Amino acid sequence: MSNTDFVLAVEDLTVSFDGFKAIDSLNLYVDRGELRVVIGPNGAGKTTLLDLICGKTKASAGSIKFKNQEMTRLPEHMIVRAGIGRKFQTPSIYENLSVFKNLEVSYPRGRGVFGALGFKCDDAVKAKVDEVAGMIGLADRLDLEAGLLSHGQKQWLEIGMLLMQDPELLMLDEPIAGMSARERELTADLLNRICQNRSVIVIEHDMDFVARIAHKVTVMHQGKILAEGSMDKVQSDPKVIDVYLGH
Amino acid sequence: MDAIKTWLGRSGLASIAILAVLLLVVFPLAMDTFRLNLVGKYLTYGFVAIGLVMLWGYGGVLSLGQGVFFGLGGYAMAMFLKLEASDPESTKIQSTPGIPDFMDWNQLTELPLWWEPFNSFGFTLFAVVAVPVLLAFIISYAMFKRRVGGVYFAIITQAVALILTVLIIGQQGYTGGVNGMTDLKTLMGWDIRTDEAKTLLYFLTAALLLGAILLCRWIQLSKLGTLLLAMRDKEDRVRFSGYDVSMFKVFAFCLAAALSAIGGAMFTLQVGFMSPSFVGIVPSIEMVIFAAVGGRMSLVGAVYGALLVNFGKTYFSETFPDLWLFLMAALFIGVVMAFPNGLAGLYESHVKPWLARRKQAPAPGGTGGEPPSASAAPAAPTVPHTTTSAAVPTAGIGAKVSSQSA
Repeated sequence: MSNTDFVLAVEDLTVSFDGFKAIDSLNLYVDRGELRVVIGPNGAGKTTLLDLICGKTKASAGSIKFKNQEMTRLPEHMIVRAGIGRKFQTPSIYENLSVFKNLEVSYPRGRGVFGALGFKCDDAVKAKVDEVAGMIGLADRLDLEAGLLSHGQKQWLEIGMLLMQDPELLMLDEPIAGMSARERELTADLLNRICQNRSVIVIEHDMDFVARIAHKVTVMHQGKILAEGSMDKVQSDPKVIDVYLGH
Repeated sequence: MDAIKTWLGRSGLASIAILAVLLLVVFPLAMDTFRLNLVGKYLTYGFVAIGLVMLWGYGGVLSLGQGVFFGLGGYAMAMFLKLEASDPESTKIQSTPGIPDFMDWNQLTELPLWWEPFNSFGFTLFAVVAVPVLLAFIISYAMFKRRVGGVYFAIITQAVALILTVLIIGQQGYTGGVNGMTDLKTLMGWDIRTDEAKTLLYFLTAALLLGAILLCRWIQLSKLGTLLLAMRDKEDRVRFSGYDVSMFKVFAFCLAAALSAIGGAMFTLQVGFMSPSFVGIVPSIEMVIFAAVGGRMSLVGAVYGALLVNFGKTYFSETFPDLWLFLMAALFIGVVMAFPNGLAGLYESHVKPWLARRKQAPAPGGTGGEPPSASAAPAAPTVPHTTTSAAVPTAGIGAKVSSQSA
């Protein structure tokens, strides 16, 4: 594979589960500073694609290059350390820890066993927690047990936990699922703000939301890319209408 | 003053201080040497129990093979003591004087090479911790790197306990077989069988145990402690926050092994022998019961659990020898079903709110006509947050997890 200027270059990626190809020779390129939305009907392989990029699922073939560095054979935690952050579909936070602790634990220092033993929550950590808490609108909830947050706030907290690590590529799996209209708006603003200096991949179903945030849209179907381009372009694509938007 | 109180409460030093007074002042004053020695023996199981709090309660990894590490620590110490007890003078009736008696009975004519280093006390102290930790590292690294966990891991630890027992019993000439290593007399010339020695060893055990509790408490309060809890809750989130989850589990397993081994070594010193009956499956499960009864989220609770269950065992196994195992099993099932957080959990969920109510009731009751219970009720739920003791630092998490597992 040749090196590219893309922050993420996925080429010929294939994964098969017992012969079923969930992702089938897929190519995907994401620019620096781009906010890409991946849409597609259920079972199209969207979540599997994110699983492959972050190492949760191992690829059967193909390559995933992040800043021209091969990711397919790295263990998960090394992929994270390289700068790829992943938000799960259901809010995945530490419910019994305070919001502050949730963010503090996500700070990228003291990641080894003995580093964690010697970790001190110094001013740099506190400043970063305050900065991120401000971004996700939880600055006044730092002492609250995270399990007591509303569903939307939990989603934001998980995004905040990723922002603590300053990832260059952020992957969000249905970040607005279960959110109120107002929360959706706030989330759209948040996403537009955080993609200023990093690339973001979002999986989403809500077309209004997609139109608000997407720079470029990728439509997946049966493990392959069906169409790619601006929202208007894919919306008028007959193939897309056929498999997805027409439903 | 209040700040100090809060700090004591939060870091749990208050409950540790109470335990220290009990172990270092009350027991020695109230008991004769025989009973004190008995308590000292029980306390060695306390090491195993606090190791299980770190591994099982915090790390969420159940090991049913802690007897392996208890035994290895105990055997390492026993080897040193046995060599010292087997000087040529006192073994001159053997066909090969100067080697341990069981080797002589098994037609060994010279000391095996791997026994030689145990002539050195320094090496023995090192081996007491290093050998079990090395084994724990090998087992846990191999398992956790392959993402083996939960029940499968517990079964494997149990298999290791069985293997080690079979090995010890089978290799009679090298290990003393089923009898173990007996007739241990002196530690560098100091007779460990006298009353003074037993008292001193008791205090040494108690002090080491308190030190171990403080060490574990420090680990719990560090980021590593937070990560262990976080891992138990949402392992994938920790992994995808850039942590190598398996290494943290390996650490917890090695820590628990080291603590068990120190307990084993102190056991050998106080009891004067070591045998495979402290290594196998049954003792390993008993050790889990100590932690479960005391409270697997509580370091101090686990020590009380070890003391209580062992007192019960001594009492009941003398009175109803056939019934004891059933009682023990019933106790374990009962605790897991009804009080998943053990005695410490009971204290946290019942005694503490009750104490808090008693404390707060008079004050608001005096200020107005409202009934004290009404004003105290909303205060009670906040108690765990503000003054959470070391005993159950995260009763909430514990309760949630155990209700899932139960």
